[in-house]
Amino acid sequence: MATLKDATAIVGTGQTPFARQLPESEKTLACRAVLAALDDAGIAPSEVDGLASYTMEETDEVEVAKSIGAGDITFFSKVGYGGGGSCATVAHLAAAIATGQASVGVAWRSRKRGSGPRPWKNTTAQLPTPAQWTRPFGLLRPADEIGMLARRYMHQYGATRDHFFNVALACRNRANQNPAAIMYERPLTRDMYMNSRWISDPLCLFDNCLETDGALACVIVSAERARDCRRRPVYVHSAAQGLPAQHHGMVNYWNDDPLTGPAWTAARQLWKQADFGPDDVDVAQIYDAFTPLIPLSLEGYGFCGRGEGAAFTEGGALESGGRLPINTGGGGLSEAYVHGFNLITEGVKQLRGTSTAQVPDAATCLVTAGEGVPTSALLLRS
Amino acid sequence: MRDSHTESDHHPDRDRDRLLVPVVDDDGAPFWEYAAQGELRVQACAATGCGELRFPPRPCCPHCQSFESEWQRMSGKGRIWSYVMPHPPLLPAYAAQAPYNAVVVELADAPHIRLVGNVVAEPGAALDSVDPARLRIGAKVQAAFTKGAGASAGASGVTVPQWLLERS
Ligand SMILES: [Zn+2]
Repeated sequence: MATLKDATAIVGTGQTPFARQLPESEKTLACRAVLAALDDAGIAPSEVDGLASYTMEETDEVEVAKSIGAGDITFFSKVGYGGGGSCATVAHLAAAIATGQASVGVAWRSRKRGSGPRPWKNTTAQLPTPAQWTRPFGLLRPADEIGMLARRYMHQYGATRDHFFNVALACRNRANQNPAAIMYERPLTRDMYMNSRWISDPLCLFDNCLETDGALACVIVSAERARDCRRRPVYVHSAAQGLPAQHHGMVNYWNDDPLTGPAWTAARQLWKQADFGPDDVDVAQIYDAFTPLIPLSLEGYGFCGRGEGAAFTEGGALESGGRLPINTGGGGLSEAYVHGFNLITEGVKQLRGTSTAQVPDAATCLVTAGEGVPTSALLLRS
Repeated sequence: MRDSHTESDHHPDRDRDRLLVPVVDDDGAPFWEYAAQGELRVQACAATGCGELRFPPRPCCPHCQSFESEWQRMSGKGRIWSYVMPHPPLLPAYAAQAPYNAVVVELADAPHIRLVGNVVAEPGAALDSVDPARLRIGAKVQAAFTKGAGASAGASGVTVPQWLLERS
């Protein structure tokens, strides 16, 4: 059977500045990120024939392709479920390239979530399940929906706010090393965390990701072509999507075990295709729209047992030099929240050896997309 | 078209005072019709030998793929499975009552069937009418229905289940 294993590689990344408010449009930011990624790869825009992004991406393929001067596009794909689709954009391009449907793929995300509207404020375009069964009762925002699972997780496994703080702190510490991060010059203390305002108790301000304007992109080609590119190739070793049986999206309250999320499904597929396992991962970029997603994901991707994710964060395990350094650019909590695309590009930086919080000799990296919604993940290797 | 949505779009000031009403679909409609009669009913497969309860409602049974279903009456007894206390920023009508509780209740009759709702001091009371210190996972609750209950039904007249703490 054909396999995606190491058949393709990420050879270029690009990003705009990150800020609470950028003056340019999402379309302009998208074009800037895509062109920066192609420039990084040393590949002409006219060679692009594959595109992938999120269903929530406002700038469509037609607009991007004609603006950047792409060639004839023969593969294009959009993945749903918000941040759950981040890694799948790369996965779809990898599959297309490995099967000959395209040769130069670009994935991107451009979003003005900092200065633009908050999606949950829209009462006319609601998802059907929340619109009928959860939102009328004041479960309005992703923070409320995930907060519900977080309190259950705390109750069931003895997780505490200190565990969530460990996650917030690790991300903030890495952001403090990253000049591109929104929180570059803003350290976080336990006092600040414990005394911050609630967003949805048990989640406080620092358990929530940033609201950011920005755009990122990456370029994917075949492994064969990657060897001729100007940058060290970062191979897509394994890729997976995950929509578990009887899953209900972010309001996943109606199956036997709501705390076993899509990460578990994606992980089984991811590891089944891989030559290495969780113990061999040097660094991880784990989707962090909310701090509790980290312990849940650590369990799902097999870094620890069920219910052990909170304890795993103890003793600096997620920090540089720890058992599993995570979100080394600062993540969605402290670098930028662009639906997780900055986690993909940070994974590439680690395997190129160019991260601002470089893990020495990092050769393998797990990147995950949003947990708690239909998700996706990548195993990258140098 | 002059449905309630477009009307409220034209009256933003009035809309601001309202809680969201359930956007009822074909599968869920019977739940709300029974709720209006003060009954808590859950969709169940009507195929011989199956009978699995399912929630949220959907067209066919994920166990046996039958499209036949019926609505089984529940006792209305349950336990708090989890809860949150949302604080602003929120939609205006919710911000006015924040912090309030939003709970997931698991039904005593079928623990894998859970309902999102609010624990209130008495039927029709506001979302913030119960002292949060009284909330805990595992606490016993009882469903209550009040037609046109101010807090949860707004001006729409839609009856939604609310939850009352059982005295312990
Ligand atoms: Zn059935």
